[in-house]
Amino acid sequence: MTDELSLTPIQLDALREIGNVGAGNSATALSQIINKRIDMNVPKVALVPIETVPDLVGGPDAIVVGVFLRVYGRAPSNILFLLPQHSAFYLVDTLMGREHGTTKRLDPMDESALKEIGNILSGAYLNAFFNFTHIAMLPSIPALAMDMAGAILNVVLVQLGQMGDQALVIETEFLAEDDGINGHFFLVPDPGSLSTIIQAVGVE
Amino acid sequence: MASLIRVGMADYKVGRSPSSLISYGLGSCIGISLYDPQSKVGGLLHIMLPDSNQARASDNPAKFADTGLPLMLNDVLKLGANKARLVAKIAGGAQMFAFSNATDIMKVGTRNAEAVKKILQRMGIRVIAEDTGGNYGRTVQIDLDTGVYRVKTIDRGEKTI
Repeated sequence: MTDELSLTPIQLDALREIGNVGAGNSATALSQIINKRIDMNVPKVALVPIETVPDLVGGPDAIVVGVFLRVYGRAPSNILFLLPQHSAFYLVDTLMGREHGTTKRLDPMDESALKEIGNILSGAYLNAFFNFTHIAMLPSIPALAMDMAGAILNVVLVQLGQMGDQALVIETEFLAEDDGINGHFFLVPDPGSLSTIIQAVGVE
Repeated sequence: MASLIRVGMADYKVGRSPSSLISYGLGSCIGISLYDPQSKVGGLLHIMLPDSNQARASDNPAKFADTGLPLMLNDVLKLGANKARLVAKIAGGAQMFAFSNATDIMKVGTRNAEAVKKILQRMGIRVIAEDTGGNYGRTVQIDLDTGVYRVKTIDRGEKTI
């Protein structure tokens, strides 16, 4: 197994590029759904101490909506799409054709819509991933929770925590043109999956 | 002055009255408080996993119930707590996402709660209050002046145990 602590700059670059294309695909998909321009930043690919991951999204007690998908295949991973609460409400209003500011809590239909967004973004992301790596990755059906960021991130971090103290996080931030929506897309490979991905892109 | 000491994930802190110890956003993790009501000394541990069987030597021991609890106990005793008077309160251990085919890793909250209780029993420390399970996150805070353990949630209000 590739030791996660010893990724070379070239390997990190390769992962960043995969993340970039994947996120680009996802951003395009999201943009088409809500008919707004979506900006994204250059993906952060970083090994971070797991206890600091919640700080990436505003601290462990920030209220967020998380859509979680488990990814199956040769390189099992977790996908987590996190939206601050106000972004999630804004997105739901956009999707449902309601005036912004209408949504104060999520009903089952709203939750379903957000899950579907998570589904579409993940599909777009994983397609790009496949083009690079030829590793087929199949996402599970999405699950949704609205709660404290720390609590939601626990789900992916616990899995990593079994193996080490650091998480490889491929993270992209999305921003809609009117600033109403910002979201964070995390792809977190299982500890053993990293070497599979690195091999597949041929930068061992 | 009463200070509020923050305990991160896979971390523990000890202190004495009038300080409070707080840990934010526990999902499947568990926040375990130890408290000696007489000396008003206590600690708060935020564990992620039940046991360190698969851990590497370099791993942070506060991540696991079986290695974190003895560490915290030791530090609480050093601050002047009496082991016979120590009581524990625990909160957390939720399952955040409901999957029909939930794997073991999804149920880690339940396993955490069981492991913590078993280990505390083995250490001879009484668990006098518990708020575990469910599918929601918790922020926990122990007041080292009173021993009150406050559990905050987003949709379910706040309670003290």
